[in-house]
Amino acid sequence: MSRPMTGMREKLRAAMVIARRDFVAVVFSKTFIFFLIGPVFPVLVGGLAGSIGGKVQQNVERPTIGLAMSAADSQAMMRARVELQGRVPGMIPEIVMLQEMKPGETFDARAALADGDRQVSAVLGGSLDKPVLTAPGERARQWVGVVSNLAARARSSTPTDYPDVAVEEVATSVAKVKTGQIYTAQTSQVMLFLLTMLLAGMVLSNLVEEKGNKIIEVLAAAIPMDAMFMGKLFAMLAVSLVGIAVWGGVGGAIVLAGARNLPTMSVPAVGWPLFLTLAFLYFAMAYLLMGSLFLSIGGMATTVREVQTLSMPVSMFQLMVFFFASFALTSPGTWIDWASIIFPVSSPYAMLARAAQYPDVWPHVVALGWQVFWVIVIVRAGAQLFRRTVMKSGPSTAKRSIWSRLRRAKAY
Amino acid sequence: MTGNAVDAGSVELAIEARGLVKRFDGFTAVDGVDISVPKGSIYGILGPNGAGKTTTLRMLLGIIDPDQGYRRVLGAERPTDVARRIGYLPEERGLYPAMKAYEAIGFLAALRGVPLKEGRRKGRELLEAHGLGYAADRQIRQIRQMSKGMAQTVQLLGTLVHEPDLVVFDEPFSGLDALNQGKLERMIRDLAARGTTVIFSTHVIAHAERLCDQVAIIAGGKVPFAGPVDVARDRLRPQVRLETRAQDGAWRAALPTDARHEGAFWHFTLPETGVEPLLRALIEGDAGILSLSIERAGLHDAFVAIAGEAAAKALEESAGEAK
Repeated sequence: MSRPMTGMREKLRAAMVIARRDFVAVVFSKTFIFFLIGPVFPVLVGGLAGSIGGKVQQNVERPTIGLAMSAADSQAMMRARVELQGRVPGMIPEIVMLQEMKPGETFDARAALADGDRQVSAVLGGSLDKPVLTAPGERARQWVGVVSNLAARARSSTPTDYPDVAVEEVATSVAKVKTGQIYTAQTSQVMLFLLTMLLAGMVLSNLVEEKGNKIIEVLAAAIPMDAMFMGKLFAMLAVSLVGIAVWGGVGGAIVLAGARNLPTMSVPAVGWPLFLTLAFLYFAMAYLLMGSLFLSIGGMATTVREVQTLSMPVSMFQLMVFFFASFALTSPGTWIDWASIIFPVSSPYAMLARAAQYPDVWPHVVALGWQVFWVIVIVRAGAQLFRRTVMKSGPSTAKRSIWSRLRRAKAY
Repeated sequence: MTGNAVDAGSVELAIEARGLVKRFDGFTAVDGVDISVPKGSIYGILGPNGAGKTTTLRMLLGIIDPDQGYRRVLGAERPTDVARRIGYLPEERGLYPAMKAYEAIGFLAALRGVPLKEGRRKGRELLEAHGLGYAADRQIRQIRQMSKGMAQTVQLLGTLVHEPDLVVFDEPFSGLDALNQGKLERMIRDLAARGTTVIFSTHVIAHAERLCDQVAIIAGGKVPFAGPVDVARDRLRPQVRLETRAQDGAWRAALPTDARHEGAFWHFTLPETGVEPLLRALIEGDAGILSLSIERAGLHDAFVAIAGEAAAKALEESAGEAK
C-alpha cells in the first residue's frame, strides 16, 4: 500500500504540483509582461507629474521682497542680505528695488502687490528704524523675523565680525544613528507595504479559475485542500519574487547607468546582510499571511464580479494594518507596539521595523515561527471553510452569494 | 439501513459505507446510506437527479465528510489517505484550457503521485492508444482548441493514467454520443477485467443493467436497495405471457387473479407455486397452449417496485433532461 496522502511530506509534494502549475501558467502567459511593466506606469506618471509641477513652479511667484525705501536704506538692506546669507537659518528671500522713495513721497504697496508686472510677494516700506512689511498674512508671518534681522543689520554702522567656525566632522552620533535607524525602519515598512499591497491582492481571484473551469472537484478529490491552498500561495509568492527581482534588477541598472546617488539609509541595528535576509523573510510572511486570508475570502467568491467587489475592502484592510504598524513605530515599548508585533498580519511590518532599531536576533526567530504558525492556521481554516461551503452538490450552491455562504458556514 | 445489502463478510470490499448522512443547510441530502462495493466489481448508483448520488460519491472520495456514518475505502477510513489509488471523473468535467493534452494528463497524474515526466510520457502513450495521437504532439492542441468530446476523453485518460485500483465516475455517460458511450462501456468492462473496481452514478437504467454487477438504488437520499442486479430483479416475480387456442374453459380457473388479457395474450405474474402446476392445469383444462414465455423482471420494473412510481418518473425525467 502506498504512503497516506495526508502526511506533511505528501502535502508539500501536492502543494508543489499545484504551485508549479500555477507558476508556469502565470509566468509563461502573454499577460505576465504587463505585470512586469506595471510599476513603470506609476513611475512614468510620477515623473511626468513632477516635471509638469516643476515647470508650473518656475512660472509661479518666486519669493521676492520689493523695496520701497529711500535709496540709502535700500542699499543698506541689500548689503545686509548679502552679509546674512548663510548665517541665519532658512532661506532669505530675494530683494528687489521697487521704488526709491523721496522724503514725503508715498507708495501704494497694495497696488504693487496686485500689479501682475512686478511679481513680488511682499513690499517693504518705511525706514530701517520703522520698517513696514505689506504682504499676505502667511507671508508676513513667515518673513517678519527675517526682515527684522535684515533691518537691524542694515542700520548697524559697524560691520559685524562673523568669526569663521572650525568644523570637526565625526561619522555619526548616537542621536543621529537612532534617528537614521527609525528612518530605515519607516522606509522598509513602506517598501514592505507597497510590495505586499501590490502583490498579495492577486491571490484573491486565484480560485475563481478552478471553479470556472470545473477542475476544482478533481483537485479536491486528489489532494488535501490545504495543500492546494498552500500550493497556490507558493506559486503567487514565487511570481511576486520574479517580479521583485526584475524590478530590482532594472532599477539597479538604471541607477548604475545614471551613476546617481540614492538617498542613503542608516545601517540597521542587525546589520545590512541580516536585515536584508529578514526583509525577504518578512516579505514572504506578510505575503503568505495576507495571501492566505485573501485566498480564503476569495475562495468563497464564485464570479469575477464578486472578487472585484471584494478588492476594495481588502485594500483598505491592508492599509489599516500598515497604519497600525506605522503608528506602533512611534510608540516603542507600549501595548500598541506589542499588539502590532503579536497581531499576525501586522507582525512582519512591526518586526522588520524592530530589526532596523534593535540588534537582538532571537525575537525574529520567535516572530517568524509565530507567523508561520498563523499562515498554517489561516490556510487550514480557509481550506475547511472552502470544503464546507463550496464543495456541495446542486445548482443552488453555485448561485448563492459569498455573504450567505459565509453566514451559513458558521452553522457547521 | 437497507437491510438488503449483500453479505459483505465473504467478499473483499473496495468500499464499505454504513449509515452515511449529509445535511446541507437543514436539508438532508443523504440519509443513512449503506453501500458495499466488492473489489473488482462494476457498481452502479442508480437514481434520479437530486437523489444524493453525487453527494454520496463525494463522501466516499473524501471531498466532503459525512455528518454521520462510517466509510472505509480501499481499507482506509480517510479516503484522502488512499487518493493515489483512486481515479475520479466528476460530472462537471474540467481541465485547464491553456494546457496541452499530454500536459493535462501529466498534471492529473502528478496530483496522484506520479512524477510529472512519467505522467506526461504515459499521457502521450494513452493519447496514441486512444486515437488522439495528433493531440500528443508538443506543438499543437491546447485543451481550449479541442472539441468537447476530445477534451472529455483527455480527462478520462487523466483519470486512469495512474492505474488506480478504484475508479469513480459521476454520470460518466452524460454528454457523450452513442459511439463514445459504447467506447466508455468497453473501457469500464476492460478496467473490471483487469481487477479494477469501478463505481459510477447514473440515471440511465440501461447503463446500469448492461454494465453493473451490483447496484445501489437511491431516491430521496435513501438507498432502499443495494446488491446484485439479479437480486434486484428477483424482487419481482417473473412475468408469464400465454397464448391459447381456446378462449374460455375450465383452464381459466388456473390463471392467477392479476391475469389480464391484451390482444392475443394473457399476462400475469408467475404463481409462487411455479410453472409446473400451472402448465398441468392448463393442459388438463384443455387451453390449447400456443405459446408460453416466462420473463424475468427488468431493472426498470425492479426500480419501480423498490423505489416507487414517483422516483421512477423522476428517473425518466432525469434521463430526458440529459438527452
